[in-house]
Amino acid sequence: MSEKQLDAQYYAKLEGLQQLDFALVELTLYLDTHPNDLNALQQFNQLAQQRQHAAYQFEMQYGPLMQFGHSYSRFPWQWVETPWPWQV
Amino acid sequence: MWVYDKKLQYPVRVSKCDPMMAKFLLEQYGGADGELAAALRYLNQRYSIPDKVIGLLTDIGTEEFAHLEMIATMVYKLTKDATVEQLKAAGLGDNYAQRDHALFYANSSGVPWTASYIQAKGDPLADLYEDIAAEEKARATYQWLIDMTDDVDLQDSLKFLREREIVHSLRFREAVEIIKADREQKKIF
Repeated sequence: MSEKQLDAQYYAKLEGLQQLDFALVELTLYLDTHPNDLNALQQFNQLAQQRQHAAYQFEMQYGPLMQFGHSYSRFPWQWVETPWPWQV
Repeated sequence: MWVYDKKLQYPVRVSKCDPMMAKFLLEQYGGADGELAAALRYLNQRYSIPDKVIGLLTDIGTEEFAHLEMIATMVYKLTKDATVEQLKAAGLGDNYAQRDHALFYANSSGVPWTASYIQAKGDPLADLYEDIAAEEKARATYQWLIDMTDDVDLQDSLKFLREREIVHSLRFREAVEIIKADREQKKIF
């Protein structure tokens, strides 16, 4: 396995993104059964914006998180590069 | 359409090679109340469930695939450095003979996953009660798995998954109330 070197900040940044995404998963499921909760919806939209920014920063440094056009790629095609999630 | 996110939902770390624990964890991989069964159960039921809860089944079904990936990561990390002798001692000798270190959708006893583990009754309440029961059974198994290991890193990830079962169960209970309320409302003219 030819894993590229991950810098010291990798795990902290990954965890930051996982925290944001977790809050968004929780709010999504909550809103699925409480669609009229305006406070929760405002929190959701605010975190969604934060998430977009954090994911962009992460991807600039460590490569695309999503494909099918949801993330950009440098040359050569970065999607196929390691590490995959179970390798870190 | 689904789009893959190249990261785990929650970090998975293990502090030692432990193929026997990996074997037990397979219950949540290819078992009757495991994550594969959960994902396929909800994503199949959503086509005949009332509109108001399609979103919930879609989102929980999708989250289950993230949990399936976490279990796979645990099994992978717990077995990747195991020798043949260690695998044999852990009860994974038959698995090694069939597929080396490859994962397979089977339960902790090696029984392959089967679609008969899941139901779609077409009756919204019957389906949702099955979903609540499935979450509660998965929660119970997560607790027993936590009790079976002294690896605090592994326990941390398993505790996350146990808590998700509780939240999913709660949301399904709310979905039951939404459907009941909807039925009541339709009777009033």
